[in-house]
Order: sequence, then structure tokens, then C-alpha cells
Amino acid sequence: MIPAFIVTHSPALMIIAPLVGAFLSPFICRISSTVRSIWVGGAMAVTSAIALILALNVYSAGTRLYVFGASTASAAIPPDSGGIPIRIIFEIDPMSALMLVITAISGFAIIVYSLSSERSHTGLESYYTLYLLMITGILGMVSTGDIFNFFVFLEILSLASAGLIAYRIDGGVAVEAALKYFVLSTIGALAILVAIGIYYGQYNALNMAMIAARMQFSVLDQVALVLIIAALAMKCGAVPMHFWTPDAYSMAPSSITALLVVASQASLYGLFRTVFTLYNVTLNAATVGWLIIILGVLSMVVGVTMAIPQKNVKRLMAYHAVSQTGYMLLGVGVGLAVLGNQSLLDAFGYMAMEGGIFHIINHAMYKGLLFLTAGAIFLRLGTYNLNRMGGLGHSMKWTMVFFVIGALAIAGIPPFNGFASKIMIYESVFVFNPLLAVIAMVVSILTLASFVKVFHSIFMGPALPEYSEVKEAPMPMLAGMGILAVVVILFGLFPGIVVESLIAPAAHALVDQGAYVAAVLGGV
Amino acid sequence: MFWNLPLVAVVTLILIALAIIVFKKNLIKVFLGIVILESAVNLFLITLGYREGGIAPIYTNAPPATMVLPTPQALTLTSIVIGVATSALLLSFAIIIWKKYGSIDIDRIRRLKE
Amino acid sequence: MDPTSTLLTGAGYWNPLAWLLGLLVAFIIAWLIYSMGEKGYKPGTAQAEPFISGNKEPEMKGEVHVRAGNLYWGYLEALRGYYDRLVPLHSGNLHDYILWYLGITALFLFLVVIFP
Repeated sequence: MIPAFIVTHSPALMIIAPLVGAFLSPFICRISSTVRSIWVGGAMAVTSAIALILALNVYSAGTRLYVFGASTASAAIPPDSGGIPIRIIFEIDPMSALMLVITAISGFAIIVYSLSSERSHTGLESYYTLYLLMITGILGMVSTGDIFNFFVFLEILSLASAGLIAYRIDGGVAVEAALKYFVLSTIGALAILVAIGIYYGQYNALNMAMIAARMQFSVLDQVALVLIIAALAMKCGAVPMHFWTPDAYSMAPSSITALLVVASQASLYGLFRTVFTLYNVTLNAATVGWLIIILGVLSMVVGVTMAIPQKNVKRLMAYHAVSQTGYMLLGVGVGLAVLGNQSLLDAFGYMAMEGGIFHIINHAMYKGLLFLTAGAIFLRLGTYNLNRMGGLGHSMKWTMVFFVIGALAIAGIPPFNGFASKIMIYESVFVFNPLLAVIAMVVSILTLASFVKVFHSIFMGPALPEYSEVKEAPMPMLAGMGILAVVVILFGLFPGIVVESLIAPAAHALVDQGAYVAAVLGGV
Repeated sequence: MFWNLPLVAVVTLILIALAIIVFKKNLIKVFLGIVILESAVNLFLITLGYREGGIAPIYTNAPPATMVLPTPQALTLTSIVIGVATSALLLSFAIIIWKKYGSIDIDRIRRLKE
Repeated sequence: MDPTSTLLTGAGYWNPLAWLLGLLVAFIIAWLIYSMGEKGYKPGTAQAEPFISGNKEPEMKGEVHVRAGNLYWGYLEALRGYYDRLVPLHSGNLHDYILWYLGITALFLFLVVIFP
């Protein structure tokens, strides 16, 4: 059905498609708005399709290797290189495939939404160029097997995101947000580059599998580990390095905010990949695991408590994004803390990691959905201020339905997907340390409380006279939200299938360092 | 001892850059700090690739000596290119902030808070 | 690939379809109780007006709506000590953001490299 050529070269095509789309859109988008919509929509649809084909292939046929510049895609080690994989290698294991699925679904839903939400703005050709570059950056980050290549895609992602956060200038405030984000992420990226230099100096390799095979956990490796953990935790918005998150998330256009959520998950992926694949059992699992758990707990508590008094609906949601990231760090951190102890790992470690990883995909879906509803409300009302809203349930019924789905999912109300991943985290973390599970549940209750407030103040109450002219959001925006809402509901109704087929392979691939290394080096 | 001199320079430059980034109030100076940080990291990468007596890996008319692996140079080149893009974007932010806020003092660029 | 499969979570289990079935039963019971209520009322009389603690319904509809700023006042007041410390940390100053990042990096360096 699908040509073998596409399946074989899907890792390269997945990067080429958005790049071609991005770099031609400044020319093609000038023709007319219809051509622009078809071009960028088509480029994103092709990218999503290829990414999904690749992910499907990985889930059915196992880890995929793609070597750039080699005569065959699987020739990882050139015969004259002395056993070092010198070429850039894409290595897509089930964990990467999960991130590809997230990016494909969110990226497509958001571009459908953007076609309508951004219609009245100028400079759209650069908007879509940067959008597709962001997609390139995310896809590259999650599928590369070369650590310097990871840095390059990280920088592509930061540059494109910063440009898009500043896109609406907004009297300079959006630029201020972009500035804060970009200064921090540049410093973080340079720290990662130092770490990469340390690896190269010690092991003469940039390939993650090669570094993992040679890992000694010397003092220099410990320094590199800390530099990478701190930088990527900052980029995914872990407290107390989250300060840029509410600024950037609230000032970016809503469609971009939804994509920034996916971008921060990609940083989270990088963090997990470093800890589990590069180091795995060599590192001091208890110390590093507890550091990540503490970051997670702080993120959950501070994020949700800062969200409650917020007046700006997007700032509020941004603090919730910080808080939800905490759950992922907590779940995977617990898995890391018991790494190397097979009985504990089987007892609850895998379950905690599956919960954390399941929460990544759930969060990308429902938080994207919530940000998109916030954008629809802003389009009609022209304000994000909760104090000036009210009674929109009378005029924006579909937006309300989508908001309710997203809000119930984020608060972990059954039968939506947030509940499924949270119950996995609660029950496994409870075995590890009951206090952490109690904190996680309290945070979930506060999340619900906060979204009750938002729901009440936006949609409830009598129709306000100042908003008597307000209409429902346009059709493409509803379609974009609808895609994400359907995914939220399906994942909520059939969590057993999702965990079994998508999440569990990802968690096991993350823990199984040997398989990742063997895919490149051939069973060392 | 002498071989560590470039690494000493790297650490010194990183510390100088961080001090500039943390203590200077002027946005442009902070950006200069970031540029120095980039240069320090680039110097670090180049230092890693140095081999005494090694020659450039160009095969045409190559003398019979050991060639160095060109990877660190390639990394540095990539990193420089990224650095250019970074500096350009940062400076364009500074221009807009200067126009809209009338100041590039970091203490006064704080309309987003809490 | 059984669509009705139960998600096992180590200590417990979760099956949304069974839960939905329970919810459906609860809705049917609620509807039965609801349908046993008084059928008729007289439109146009006080029977059809909203009951707002015996007060007249205000003309300005916007007055009825409780705005976001008034919600959770008690919660925020009770935790004032916590919020008075937490909120000023979000100072909006780029230097603070960078210092937090560098500080956490230094702390982690201490905890991972030097402490053990």
C-alpha cells in the first residue's frame, strides 16, 4: 500500500518535507491566500503522514536506523573507520516514535487551526516558515541518534520558537517574552554544547550509542550530565527555572503556544534520553532520580499554586503546563530512582515510567486543546483577562464543549485521558513513597479547582451585553480543536490499548540501553 | 602544564562571560556576554581537536603525516553559524525593545511578571 | 488489542467502559427520580422566575456574574504567607531568571559531583 521507498527513507523525508515547505513558503505564500493555505497545510499533512508511517513502522518492525550519506541505510559503521560510527545517524526507537506521533497529531491539528486564526494578520509567510522550522526542530530532536545533531535541532527549535513568540510584537511585550526565552535557551544550549565537547574529548565519538557503550561516569561525565539535565529541565519549564514559561506561553499566539507545549516535551524527551540511554545504570541512580523527582514535585506544587490567582487565562494555563510537566518528571524520576534494581523496577518502576510517558502524550493533546480554546476566545473577545469575561456559554457552545473536555482531562476526571495516566502515576508512586502520591493528588484537586474558576468565569453566567455580538469560532479552528478533542476522548476510553501498544514499548525501550547501543554497534 | 593553557583560557572566558551576563544591566552588554560565552565554547571544541604535528585533512597533495579528524572543526563551524543567527535575532529583539520601551535597561524590561 | 481491555496499574485497575456503564446506570436512576417530580407549572407567574434569595432579578445581567477576581478569595487569604513569598519571585527580571538557572546548575553540580 505504502511504497517501500517512502518507508525506507521516511526518517530523511520527515525532515526534508517541512524544510522544503518552510523555505519555499516565503515565495509561494505571496501568490494568494488560498495557495498559501494549500501549500503550508499540504506540507504539514505530508510531514505528519510520513512521521506516522515511520512511527507505525517502528512499532511493528522494531528500532529503525537511518544513516545519512551511507550507501545502505543500515551501514552504521563504515569499514575503514575503526569501529566508530562517524556518520550522522537517526535512530528511532519506540520512545522516539511516540514523540513523532505527538508531533504529527499536534502539528497537523494546530496548522488547521492557524489557517483560520491567523488569517487577518500580516507577515504570514514568515509565520508559516518558522512554524515548519519548529516542526523540523522537534522531529529532528526526537529522532536523532547523534548528540551534536541533537544540539543543532535544539537550536533550530529555539530560534524558530523565539521568532514566533515575538511574532505579534504587542507593543514590545511579546518581544520581551521572546527575549527572556531566547537568552535563557541560548545559555542552556551552550551548556549542552560544553557537555557535548566533554563527551567528544573523552570518548572520541558523538554518536549516542557509542558514547553510551563507552560511558565511564568519570567526574567529567558527571559534570556533563549536570549541564545537560539543568539545561533541558530549564527548557521544559521545571521549577525553579520555569520563569520564562508563563511569559513566553502567554505572549505567543495561541496556536504557537500549543506547539511550544510539544517543543517543551521534546526537551523532556532529550532529558530522559540522556539519563536513560547515555548513562543508564552507570549513574548514581538514587541521587539523580531524586533530583528529578524533587524538580517534578516542586513543578507540580508551585505551578498549580501560582496558577490559581492568575487573571490572564493563558498565563494561568501556562502555569498549569509547568505543573503537568511535574507529573512527567515525577513518574519517570521514580523509574530512574530504582533503575538497576530489577525487582523494584518490575514492581512499580516500569508502571511509574509508563504513567509519566503516557502523561507526555496526554498533556500535549489536552493542553494543546486548552490553549487553542483560549485562542478562539481571544479571537472573538480581544482579551485574555478573566475578569472581563463571562456568559460565553450562550454564544460559543462548541468552544465550551472543547474547553470542558480539556479541563476535565487536565484535572484527571474519569473517563478522560488525564485520569488514566495520573492513576498509573499515583498507584506506582504510592508504593515508592506515599507522600509523593499524596502531593500529586492534592495538586490534581487544585488543578480542578483552578479550572472550575476558569470555566465559571468564561462560560457561565448570563450573556453579557458587551459580548452580545460574539459568534462561534470559525470552522477550521473548531476542526483543529476537534482533532485534539477526539484524541483526548479516544485515549481516555481505551487506555488499555494505548498503554499496551504505544506506551509500554516506549518505556521499555528507554530503560533497555543495551538494545539501543546494539542497534548501532551490532551487539557489542 | 603548557598544554592546558587553552583550557584555562576557556574557563576564564566562560567565567568572564557569565559575570557580564549576570551583572551588566545593559541589554547589548548582556548580548556581548553571550557572544563571549559562544566563543569560549568554540575555543573549547577547537582545543579538543588539536593534535601536535597533525595536518589538515585535505587529501590533495597531502604530505605524509598524520591528519587530524575534522569533526571538531566541523562542529565549531556549525556552532559559529548558529551563533550568528542567535546574535542577529537577539539584536533584532533589542532594536524592537528600544523602540517600544525606550530603554534597554534589563531592570526596566519587566512588564511581564507574577 | 481488545478494546474493552482493563488497564492494570500494579496495585489497581481501571476500565473506562465499565465506569461509563456505571455512569449510565447512575444517570438512569437520576432521570427516574427527576421524572417523578411535579409536572405542571404556571408560566408568567412567580413560579417561573429564578429564586435569588428572594431578591428581584437585577436588570443589568452583568451584575449577577461573579467575576474571576472574586473567586477563591478565601483560599488566597488563608495562604497569604505562602503567596507573599512565592509571587515576588516571579519578578520579570531577566537577571533573576538567569541566576536561578545558574544557581540550580551549581547546586546540581554540588549534589552529583562533590556530595557523594
